[in-house]
This record gives sequence, C-alpha cells and structure tokens, in this order.
Amino acid sequence: MAIPARRRVADVVAFAFATAATVFGLVWLAWILWTTLAQGAAALTPALFKEMTPPPGASGGLLNAFYGSAIMILLGVVIGAPIGVAAGTYLAEHGRYTRLAAIVSFVNDILLSAPSIVVGLFVYELVVRTSGHFSGYAGALALAMILLPIVVRTTEESLRLVPDQMREAGFALGLPRWRVTRQILYKAALSAILTGILLGVARIAGETAPLLFTALNNQFWSSSLNGPLANVPVVIFQYAMSPYDEWHELAWAGAFVLTAFVLFLNIAVRLLARKGKK
Amino acid sequence: MNATLASRTHESAPPVRKSGAGADRAFQLTTAVAAWAVLLLLGGVAVSMAWGGRLAFQTFGWSFVTGKDWDVVGSRFGAFVPIYGTLVTSAIALIIAVPVSIGIALFLTDIAPRWSRGPIAIAIELLAAIPSIIYGMWGLFVFAPFMAANVEPWLNDHLGNKAIIGPLFRGPPIGIGMLTAGIVLGIMVIPFISSVAREVFSAVPAPLRESAVALGSTRWEVLKSVTLPYTRSAIIGAIFLGLGRALGETMAVTFVLGNAHDLSASLLMPSNSIAAAIANEFTEADTELYRSSLIALGFLLFVVTFIVLTIAKLMLMRLNRQLGRTH
Repeated sequence: MAIPARRRVADVVAFAFATAATVFGLVWLAWILWTTLAQGAAALTPALFKEMTPPPGASGGLLNAFYGSAIMILLGVVIGAPIGVAAGTYLAEHGRYTRLAAIVSFVNDILLSAPSIVVGLFVYELVVRTSGHFSGYAGALALAMILLPIVVRTTEESLRLVPDQMREAGFALGLPRWRVTRQILYKAALSAILTGILLGVARIAGETAPLLFTALNNQFWSSSLNGPLANVPVVIFQYAMSPYDEWHELAWAGAFVLTAFVLFLNIAVRLLARKGKK
Repeated sequence: MNATLASRTHESAPPVRKSGAGADRAFQLTTAVAAWAVLLLLGGVAVSMAWGGRLAFQTFGWSFVTGKDWDVVGSRFGAFVPIYGTLVTSAIALIIAVPVSIGIALFLTDIAPRWSRGPIAIAIELLAAIPSIIYGMWGLFVFAPFMAANVEPWLNDHLGNKAIIGPLFRGPPIGIGMLTAGIVLGIMVIPFISSVAREVFSAVPAPLRESAVALGSTRWEVLKSVTLPYTRSAIIGAIFLGLGRALGETMAVTFVLGNAHDLSASLLMPSNSIAAAIANEFTEADTELYRSSLIALGFLLFVVTFIVLTIAKLMLMRLNRQLGRTH
C-alpha cells in the first residue's frame, strides 16, 4: 500500500528539519570555537604567562590572573568537593528513602541550574559586606557553592550505580556501614566521583558572575587571598568591554586558554568515562 | 527487620560492634550535615536576597516592579525595563531553542547513522561547556557585527514595514540589542533542552513505536502521535529547564544587550536584563538604596527561576514515574 504523497512529504520535511537543526547547532559550536582559536592564537605570546595585567596602552600578560584563578578554583574544590561527596553519600546511602534525602535531591537539582550571579550576591552579603572588603576567600567560597550541587549529583549517581551485592558482601563480612561505604563503595565509584569533580572544575573555571562582587579583580600581583584577587574570567570581562586594542588582545588570549582548558577537561573526562564503561 | 538484625549481631560480638556503631553514627551524621548544607545554601541565598533587598521593597513597594524609571542620580528605581528585557530575550531564546532542540533529539535518535550519534551528541553538549563569557565575547566582537551588517538591515526592509509585527523589527541596525541577546541565549540553552529530549525519546518503549510503524505510520507520524505525546511532560520540563537557564544567564547577555534603561518596542534596540543590570552596576552602586535595589532585582530573579526550575523538575519526575524509575 503506497503512502499518500502528502504524508510522505511531511515525513521528508520533518527529517530535513531535524538534520538542519543538528547542523544549525554544530555550526554555532564551530563558529565560536573557530573565533576563539583564531583570535586567541594570534594573541598568544610567552609574555602571557610571564607578565602581569597591564594598564591601558601597555603590553603585558595574565600571570596574576592565572594564578588567582588557579588558587581560587583549588580552594573552591577543597571546600566544595568534600561536602558534596558527603552529601551525595547521604542521598545514595545513609539517607536513602528518607524524606530529607528526597528534599535535598530536589533542591540540589534546582541549585544546579540556579543563576550563578545570585550566588555572587549571596557571598557578597555574607562575606564581603561583613568583612568590609573584596577577597579571594569570598571568590573561592562562591566557586565552592557553584561546585557543590555538581559534586552532590554526580556522587549520588555514581554510588547508585554500584551494585547492591557489593554492599551485601561487605555487610556479610561484618563490616560496619561506614566502612562498607568508605572501603568498598568509594573504591568502586572513585573514578565516577572524580569525573564529577573534574567536570565541576571545568564549570567553575569559566564562572564570571559569582566573582564580580566577591574576588573582584586586581591589576597587580597579589598572592593574598584576603584581598581582591585577579582572575581570568573577570579580566576577560573588563578587558573585552574596554576600548583598548591591547586589552582586547589579552582578553582573546585569556579566552583561548580558558576555552582550551574547559574543553580539554570535558573531552578527556568523557573519553575516560567511556573507557571505564568498557 | 533491621532492628532485629542489628540486635542479633550485637549479641554475637559486642565490643567490635559497639565501636562500629559509634563510628557508624558519626559517619551518618557527617553525611546528613553535608546534606543539610545543600538546603542551607538555597535558604541562605533566599534569605540574604530578601534581606538585602528589603530597603528597595520598602521604599518603592510595587512600583519597584512596575516603575519604568531607573534613575541613579534621583535615586528612583523601577525595574520594569530589566524585567521586560529578561522576559523578551528568554522568549526569543525559547522560540529558537525549542524546535531546534527537538529536531536535534529526533536526528540523534532516529536519523543519524549509529556510529555518529555519540560524537554528535558530545559536540552539542560541548555548547553547554563553553563558558558564558566566551559566548559574550564572541557575541560582542563577531556575532553582533554580523547581525548589524547582514541580518538586521534585512529585517528592517522585509519585516519592519509589516502591519502588526513591524515595530518589533524597526530600528537602527547596531547589532547590540534584544534580538541578538535572545539568539545567543537560544544557542546556549539548546544543549540543555536537547539532551533531555534525546534521553526521553530513547526511553519511549520500542513496542509502542513499532506498533505505530506496523499500522503504517511514517516516521514523522510516529514522532507526532507516539513519541511526543508519550514524552510530553518531560519535554515541557526540558523547556522550563531551558527557560530557567535563559532567565538567569548573565555574562553573555551583559555583553550583547547594551545596558540601556530605555523601554523600546523594537527588538533591535539595546535593553537590559535583571542579571546584566546586576553584573554591570553592582560594583558601582554607591548608595545603600541603589545597592539594595540591585539585590532586590536578584531576589526577583531568584524567585522566578526557582519557580520555573521547580516546575521543570516536577514535569521531569512525572515521566520517570511513568517509566517506573524512582530516580
């Protein structure tokens, strides 16, 4: 029985649209990456990693910004990851089926997509206003708050993937629950949990909005977390919005390094995860 | 059941179990406290926004939401323009992202050769991995000039003279404005909607689809009459998820929206959004009332995204329950 022409045309049109939509999505990705690559590669110089952010009209690098970003991301992970892993453990293990776990899981999903600028305002009210000055600590705390829900979610999911037989085997050996969790479940889920933390790092590395009113920025070298701290995203923001060509170039160079870092983490993590599955 | 088990083991080897039980309780407590931290974070954000914004709410009342003046010098703050800009840009984003995302999901579940599905899906998801500040820079230096040179003059000529929609597309082709911001936002939310859509499309039970095919449906008809109705709640959830993302997106919009506090019908004109206003002005806010007004904006944004994301989550849970998944 032949399908009437009208229905066949609708079928072809729908599928042409679906294909076009995919191409549409991929074109933007290619366009954005190409721009960043071309503009960034042109601005990439050794001075980028050796010199400080310059005043308008002068040449310089982003060393202080790289340092500030690295130290805040590191501190953010140190604060956010352990709490996230513990909370994820509660959701998947110790609090499974409790009302608290259900609520936390729900709220966590909302935090995952909540506007990051609001977190910046929260930390401003919490730390900056009470201490009276912008600081790297405040920036790190804001990043930790962005990281937290990501780690909670991935920890919960990776622990759920561990088969119950492994828990039962541990209990059968007479191990208390916390040792089953620590010595069996964490070992089995380790790579998945680390994957989650690394994806979280990729996410907070590019976060700008939460740092605008917490770490602010610093044109000079500063290793003190107790004052305004330079960081890559805010420097990119300020330099890109400025009218100076030298600053634009540095912003592109920073954008290139940032994008390369984030994409590298994302792709590497996915490849590793796939390898782990096989 | 658990209690009897515990007491029985307790009898057989008391000393070891006792220390184990104490450590057990400590460990459980630690994880529970961490779980509470997640709730505290949400509560802390809500309370601090409400507290920080109370001065603005007290001073202006409802006119904070309805007022069109954002007068820094005269200290009168009405947030209608940023609220309007946020809603309009998010609406443009969804108009673009929803059909495209469903198209991508359909392509990845039905059309693409099997070997290419994984790589294409990862590439689309990378759109979500690119930091929003990169979108902003690209938008400002590449996409806005492109819009100004190619798209907006065309819109002016072809749509600007139409009867009802004309005013939307009339205006100087400067590239910076609500349309450009909406398109950039649309690109940014595509990966969020399409990944959910793809997941739920492939969760449709094969017998359902196969029986439609056996009855003579074309693939389009399978999508329209089986897949979409079956996954409707999750697709709506995905759209709300995308909306939540679009409403709160800050940096990309800040770059391409123009930070103008004027109300304009034209989509080609610069405007403002809640998040962009906060990002642009917060560090410059020199009076208590000014700062409080910006925090009050943050409070509004938080409440709206919270509601939108809650709807999203509830809708997504509905399909999971239907599929018999608890998680």
